[in-house]
Amino acid sequence: MVELQGIPVSPGVAIGPALVLDADGYRIPRCLVAAEDAESEYARLRTAVDAVSAHLETSRLETTAVAGEETGDIFAAQLQMLHDPRLHSELRRRIKDQLQSAPYAVTRVLHHYASALRRLSNPVLADRAEDVLDIEKQLLMQLGAVAKQPLSELSEPVIVLSHVLTPSETANLDRRYVRGFCTETGGAGGHTSIVAKGLEIPAVVGIGAFMDGIGAASQVIVDGDRGKVIIDPDKATLESYEQRAQRRRSLTARLAELRDLPAETVDGTRIRLSANIEFPYETAAALERGADGIGLYRTEFLYLSSQQEPSEEDHYEAYSQVVREMNGRPVVIRTLDLGADKMGHRPLAEHEHNPFLGLRSIRLSLRNLDVFRPQLRAVLRAAVHGDIRLMFPLITTIGELRQARMLLNVVAEDLKDSGIAHRSDIPVGMMVEVPAAVVMLEHFVREVDFLSIGTNDLAQYTLAVDRSNEYVADLYQSSDPAVLRLIKQSVTVADKNEIPISVCGEMSSNPGRALLLLGLGVRHLSVPPSLLPRVKKAIRSVSIQQCKEIAQRVMTLEAARDVDLYLLDRLGDLVPELIVK
Amino acid sequence: MNNSPLTRTVVVKNPQGLHARPADTLVRLASRFESAIMIGKGGELVDCKSILSLLTLGAAQGTELLISAEGDDADSALHSIEELFEAGFDEANELGAEAASDS
Repeated sequence: MVELQGIPVSPGVAIGPALVLDADGYRIPRCLVAAEDAESEYARLRTAVDAVSAHLETSRLETTAVAGEETGDIFAAQLQMLHDPRLHSELRRRIKDQLQSAPYAVTRVLHHYASALRRLSNPVLADRAEDVLDIEKQLLMQLGAVAKQPLSELSEPVIVLSHVLTPSETANLDRRYVRGFCTETGGAGGHTSIVAKGLEIPAVVGIGAFMDGIGAASQVIVDGDRGKVIIDPDKATLESYEQRAQRRRSLTARLAELRDLPAETVDGTRIRLSANIEFPYETAAALERGADGIGLYRTEFLYLSSQQEPSEEDHYEAYSQVVREMNGRPVVIRTLDLGADKMGHRPLAEHEHNPFLGLRSIRLSLRNLDVFRPQLRAVLRAAVHGDIRLMFPLITTIGELRQARMLLNVVAEDLKDSGIAHRSDIPVGMMVEVPAAVVMLEHFVREVDFLSIGTNDLAQYTLAVDRSNEYVADLYQSSDPAVLRLIKQSVTVADKNEIPISVCGEMSSNPGRALLLLGLGVRHLSVPPSLLPRVKKAIRSVSIQQCKEIAQRVMTLEAARDVDLYLLDRLGDLVPELIVK
Repeated sequence: MNNSPLTRTVVVKNPQGLHARPADTLVRLASRFESAIMIGKGGELVDCKSILSLLTLGAAQGTELLISAEGDDADSALHSIEELFEAGFDEANELGAEAASDS
């Protein structure tokens, strides 16, 4: 049993067999052969070893000729490893006695050696792990086991273990079979994490290097509540997690009963509780859990998950579907919020040293009108089907806001001239997620119909932390007192000018932090559909006065950790049902 | 036939420790002998003819290693291996090359 700690990004407990993707995305499933085939399976391995051996010998001669004997000897050592008698007796034992497939035996045995080498304190030796893994890969290729097998060809439930999962890979995970995933890289609030939450797949990211020691292990537990990943759990651990999964299911069932009750505090203050969605099909989950509307419809998936750049019709169809299904409830559509580097179909910038400070989001849209215009047209066209509101992300200067609004007017004129059905009077708002916008909010409020605080980016830009950078991800805390002060300031300005303000970042989906936000004066929260019941439960368990007291106390604290500990403590007192042990 | 294993203690002299190249050389040398040869420290002995096992010993400069050999040519095996360690594997590259061309 190996227990790993990472960053919990999508709640829930998942238990299942591992599907290990290495950096190149290949998988080595645990696979057995029939007893009568063991002999020929072993022969297959011998053939592969001979082929790799011949290949290494050629490399050794060529490298020696070009780079000298010293360098060529690297391959001599690899050849020695390939023919290692211990390695072969172990492989023979696994294939002939345990009836493992040759690829599976290879990956297990060589990963074992690689991780033993990695553990050595001597860096020269630890680096030899690369040589061992290189041999593994060559053998697997000879055995025909590493042709890339897309995740879309799954046929049984798995837990995905990977160095990295891109947002689009995550978005394309087959939810019928992928029960959970964990990755070596990534941080809280990264796009992959948001997608995981949207898909309601328990996930832990930012674990650091752990996959060398694993190969294809038999069983994995992903604890998306606490950020734990357990490889090959012992019986007691497995049982305790199965019980916890069961308790979660029953809590979920109890919370589901809140669906038709309003999100109202015990003193009768009605809180608007909306859903954040990424995919049109999530409206079903939002409605099922009684959302008051869609507080944030992220449109990035249109750009990330298909093979081609989305057309105006693609946008229109997605938006129309969402607004129709929401049946009169408000739907806030946020325009493209991607970095230039993430525009897979045609990268819109040369390499940027600092993509998070670069050409992204509204900046990217304003500089690429051929991308922006179809989106705006589609939003105005879909607005005839219901209550659509438009929101611009990452607004930093008043000039950007005016430019975006002007473009929207131009697009509306075009539609009118062409006689295409649309609405031009939809409410227009902006995300408050750059500290500059908070500081200058008095000016912005005169030119928008509503505001929405994006706590993820606000924390990132306030704390100067790239939230997807595993080295500093621990510094990224949306409950940092500096971020809380900016939120408070924004709410004060919005209230004074009678402009509605909501919080749609990750922060609002944590029940303890949600209570804090109520105490800071926020009356509209938007959270992932899966978390609606929990947040509603929290809201319905407290009075505004209690929330104000929480906020007062929190504003005297000096570190995110103190804030979170205090909030957890208060949540335990006020809403003990939500604390799943 | 000598049934009880012979043992000897050697010290890793080369600065980089028992890394890939010396390990390769040692395996080649050990493989010339029929005897079962084990090497290790602190009670953990591994097959001296297995480069992967040798590397995972992680023997740095100054490490004392126990070598045991069991078989008809155990005595000369130990003698050769001791010489290899004594020479700090320098001269040993040639020895290793000879061993390779022998086989």
